[in-house]
Amino acid sequence: MNATREELSEKGKKRRDFITLTATAMGGVLAGSIAWPLLQSMNPAADTLAESITEVNLAPILSGAALTVIWQGKPVFIRHRTQQEIAEAEDAPMSALPDPQTDKSRVLKPQWLIVTGICTHLGCVPLGQKKTEPRGEYGGWFCPCHGSHYDTSGRIRKGPAPTNMIVPPYTFVKEDLIRIGESS
Amino acid sequence: MAKQSQNPYRHPFVRWIEHRLPIISFFEHTLKHYQVPKNLSFLWTGGFIAGFMLVVMIITGILLAMHYIPHPDHAFDSVERIMREVNFGWLIRYLHANGASLFFLVVYMHMFRSIYYGSYKSPRELLWIIGMIIFLIMMATAFLGYVLPWGQMSYWGATVITNLFTAIPWVGDSILEWLLGAPYVGAPALNKFFALHYLLPFLMFLMVFIHVWALHTNGSNNPTGVEPKTAEDTIPFHPYYTVKDLLSITAFMVIFAFFIFFAPNFFGEPENYIPADPMVTPAHIVPEWYFLPFYAILRAIPDKLGGFVAMISSILVLFALPWIDRSKVRSLTFRPISRALFWVFILDVIILGWAGAKPAEGNYIIIGQFATAYYFIHFLILVPLVSRFEKPSGLPESLSAYYKNSCHD
Repeated sequence: MNATREELSEKGKKRRDFITLTATAMGGVLAGSIAWPLLQSMNPAADTLAESITEVNLAPILSGAALTVIWQGKPVFIRHRTQQEIAEAEDAPMSALPDPQTDKSRVLKPQWLIVTGICTHLGCVPLGQKKTEPRGEYGGWFCPCHGSHYDTSGRIRKGPAPTNMIVPPYTFVKEDLIRIGESS
Repeated sequence: MAKQSQNPYRHPFVRWIEHRLPIISFFEHTLKHYQVPKNLSFLWTGGFIAGFMLVVMIITGILLAMHYIPHPDHAFDSVERIMREVNFGWLIRYLHANGASLFFLVVYMHMFRSIYYGSYKSPRELLWIIGMIIFLIMMATAFLGYVLPWGQMSYWGATVITNLFTAIPWVGDSILEWLLGAPYVGAPALNKFFALHYLLPFLMFLMVFIHVWALHTNGSNNPTGVEPKTAEDTIPFHPYYTVKDLLSITAFMVIFAFFIFFAPNFFGEPENYIPADPMVTPAHIVPEWYFLPFYAILRAIPDKLGGFVAMISSILVLFALPWIDRSKVRSLTFRPISRALFWVFILDVIILGWAGAKPAEGNYIIIGQFATAYYFIHFLILVPLVSRFEKPSGLPESLSAYYKNSCHD
């Protein structure tokens, strides 16, 4: 008979508030902690991610010719550049480049240009590996999907692509042998 | 006891069910006692046909899934096997593939109907938004489904569309990898797309129920856009509109059958009968016709992020339509300027679709850019301004009065 009915219900209300708050917080924590692994499961699996290495013998590629190899499920363009192509790439003024990069920073040896053959716009494979294919206005590659032009250094010159074609990590094992996927 | 006396049915079995689950009265309520404006045109049967198509797509889809293999090494061949070896596999696949196109055709008709007659206006804004959500899920489902045959167009369509996400600053690349389950479109992506393509239609099915629930809350709009006021303005849904829906479906099935039996590849791309090759991009990538206007908007902007934003905005702006259009008068029948603008808008969408199908070069891009600009000018400038200042003409006092005055009776 110490507490009146109202006091009791007031006390009960506070207890219920506490239970509601605890249960809600617990539910939130649980939902959050299970959401993470569930969402993570959709990210690339370990074997998909495992860095594969592609070895390429450059000897058969004559000057002016090109080869496409597959590395991590993506095409990689290897082009044996002619003296003229090298000169064009090196002489391009930085002010004319939407994504300024010197040609020197994109090659290990000037005659070998190695880039991931994927247009940085929406992922198409640009044309230009064969001499019979259109190479765009800058003699490199031309992406038929939305009209991006790349130069002989794989740099974007004209069109919707925002950045240059990516140079993958690679290293020269021997004079004519490279390993793509391994930094030099 | 009180419940027993509310049970109006005589038949013992019906009474037994009704007492435990009032489903009999529910259907009676939603079909027989549901009063609908008496003047609905055939355009109002689009919703029913769309619902019917959803069921057709789910049934044929489940049957196809029993034979399809979601792996890059087998997907293309398993589809060809369905076409050549599985009993009536060709029929089921053509029903499903052409069904997608006709489903979109009906849904676009349904949407343009709503726009013309102002069906999205108060109190039906939420009905419209739920419909737009269904449309979004439908677009996702169609995109995912188109990837499954793993032809050249499937593969490169998937590559281009998923690469759109890389336009998002900072997190774009991570989102792409998360979506594809790899840094490229390959086995993990195909498997995932198949799972989602199977899931999303059931989500649509659920949303359709919510759509109909919202519809039945305030009832259908009608060609005059004037709310029914008296009993004279309405008739019961069943049998009058169940019959009208069935008649429309019959006509629709004739068109559907024509494509399945006489032009089954009319909507398809020959390129998609070449197995996917991750090393060679087709010279000319085009999406299915129902995505072409949006694709044209994407290409109109010469900036990667800008194109992505424009395309998304072109769909999102439709969500806001109930608030963009300020006019209290629903039907364009009584809004002459808006009516003219509507038809110009339709023309603009057709031009966008045409430009989207052309190669991304020269004049096609410029035409696409003008059409894109007009698309947004229509929604962001013309509709808000005109709907505010336009004087409606000939708005009838009631739905029935319109037909008496114009001697259509």
